[in-house]
Amino acid sequence: MTSRLRTGLLAVTMLAVGASAASAQATLQKVRDKGELTCGVNTGLAGFSAPDDKGNWTGLDVDVCRAVAAAIFKDPAKVKFVPLTAKERFTALQSGEIDVLSRNTTWTMSRDTSAGMSFTGVTYYDGQGFMVKKSLGLKSAKELSGASVCVQTGTTTELNVADYFRKNKMDYKPVVFEKLPETLAAYNAGRCDVYTSDASQLYATRLTLGDPAEHVVLPDVISKEPLGPAVRQGDAQWGNIVRWVFFALVNAEELGVTAKNIDEMAQGQNPEIKRLLGKEGEFGKGIGLDVDWGYQAIKSVGNYGEMFERNVGEGSRLKIARGQNALWTDGGLQYAPPVR
Amino acid sequence: MSTNTNVAEQEVRRPPAGAGPVAWLHKNLFSSIPNTILTFVGLWISYKLIAGVVDWAIIRAVFTGSDGDACKVPDVGACWPFITHKFDLFIYGRYPEAEIWRANLTFLLGAIGLAGLMIPAVPGKPAFAVFTLLVYPIIAYYLLTGGIFGMPIVATERWGGLLVTLVVAVVGIVASFPIAILLALGRRSKLPIVRYSSIGFIEFVRGVPLITMLFMASVMLPLFLPEGVTFDKLLRALIGVALFSGAYLAEVIRGGLQAIPRGQIEAGDALGLSYPQKMGLIVLPQALKLVIPGIVNSFIALFKDTSLVLIIGLFDLLGIVQQSISSDPKWFSPSTPTTGYVFAGFIFWIFCFGMSRYSQMIERRLSAGDKR
Repeated sequence: MTSRLRTGLLAVTMLAVGASAASAQATLQKVRDKGELTCGVNTGLAGFSAPDDKGNWTGLDVDVCRAVAAAIFKDPAKVKFVPLTAKERFTALQSGEIDVLSRNTTWTMSRDTSAGMSFTGVTYYDGQGFMVKKSLGLKSAKELSGASVCVQTGTTTELNVADYFRKNKMDYKPVVFEKLPETLAAYNAGRCDVYTSDASQLYATRLTLGDPAEHVVLPDVISKEPLGPAVRQGDAQWGNIVRWVFFALVNAEELGVTAKNIDEMAQGQNPEIKRLLGKEGEFGKGIGLDVDWGYQAIKSVGNYGEMFERNVGEGSRLKIARGQNALWTDGGLQYAPPVR
Repeated sequence: MSTNTNVAEQEVRRPPAGAGPVAWLHKNLFSSIPNTILTFVGLWISYKLIAGVVDWAIIRAVFTGSDGDACKVPDVGACWPFITHKFDLFIYGRYPEAEIWRANLTFLLGAIGLAGLMIPAVPGKPAFAVFTLLVYPIIAYYLLTGGIFGMPIVATERWGGLLVTLVVAVVGIVASFPIAILLALGRRSKLPIVRYSSIGFIEFVRGVPLITMLFMASVMLPLFLPEGVTFDKLLRALIGVALFSGAYLAEVIRGGLQAIPRGQIEAGDALGLSYPQKMGLIVLPQALKLVIPGIVNSFIALFKDTSLVLIIGLFDLLGIVQQSISSDPKWFSPSTPTTGYVFAGFIFWIFCFGMSRYSQMIERRLSAGDKR
């Protein structure tokens, strides 16, 4: 009885795996047949995916998809954006409703191994940070001993704060709230000195306060939240496309290639740039694309630095510092293997 | 004895009724000391409310500006440029700008059809009924989605705002009504299979919240379908909403059916009418008239429930306002959220209030016979 059940289950699992592997192989072909890339994005997150006044999607996560579309179709507009809530996102990817999930999703082991998806890189290194009033004159989170911290109860945010203060042998007074808006309101009303949440959120939150200039986000980051795009597990070629398109953008920044000077750079003598832009070698073949895949991606959204500044950095209203997201050559964590 | 005298005296002393505004004021607002106090308290509250609204919406409000910074002045009221800049987004969602005329035409045709059907003075009711209930849905479908006569296809992902609210509400209302009548009749049927399946359906749907149904449709359903087979998110929501409100409405209508005395059906039997004739000519017209308030109540609830499609990533009016408030850094300011929510609330109120007034008018017209 038990063994028959087990055999049955095994057969079903095999069938499911076989079916998903067979159909997954064809993601690139499927995308080409549809004539557009279907990209799952956040329903609305400042700087990452948000519609502007005209309803066009903008943001860092959105631009990643545009770059992939440009690499495949030579046209960054060939993307259909599907706004997804946090709960829907994994099903949407598994069921084939979307081809890429680019929705500020944290890369964790359980997601990468058992949720049927593979992450292809880190487009934004996020982590929990602190916001304080400028008038306190603080420079680092290490000076926060004795501070009162407004935090939402029952979240990892709360646990991270507790760990951080214990680890650094500092005291703090938690002021806990049930909901995020209440937490922010309390901070705004001066009921605590510190407001804490993921750094990317802190910058957005700061803008909603009466006078953003009165508040400052401390440079310390106390948790790891690497955000990146993910694809369905089992289609190595498709994963490679998404991975290398992003690497191309990071490499472009390192080599000084921008959307503006790309044509000029392509004529230059630097072999690394020539390989990146498809003037030398056949690197597109390995991922099933044309030789100019890198050129198209960079031309459409700019290099990683441009993309960052435009959406979340100095060129945007959020004004997030590069911090961990700077290139490795500038002391950050963004590092891409070479195109060779 | 003495009481009688008093009454007589009072009647003599009472001023002639209904003569001029002063008498009206005296009779309705200042007839006794407690009433006078109540009147003043009422006036004071109204004044505070109106003054507050005017102060917020006009006096302290910001009317011009190209981003949220314009609204970052101390003690600011409403931030109207947020609404004016995003008006198209709030009404049509991300519908392509060049194709907005199609959404407008759909609105216009719908308004004409409804007006023809709903305003008693307009002639040609049967023609309007055929147009609104049969022709219009087809026209609206092709106008909004496109794909024929050279109109480019507009995927439902691009629909949003008031357009989605109205599509969900109108399809929900129109589709749930026949479902509800069938379920209500089915529940009172003598055929056990029909009866028990109706009861089963109604009780199941009433037993789960709408949010659960939407969630099932959007998260669970794709897992059961073969990979690559997806069907439209909006369609999933529409089916969920129609079935849900159909089940609720069925119980409202059953209430009306039960209020019709058995004698009426027996009279129908005596005349040799068939079941559809008895129901269509005798029972339903009376039953539906009785439950108009309940039906409209359901419709208004349905209209407001459309906001729940937010949780499956569709943007109705409230959803898109909320999205703009929370995710567009260009418009971040302390007064943006209030302004956005007040705007959305006001639009919802206009529609719901309109429905409620219309139902009262219909009730008065239909009950004219009872008052004779």
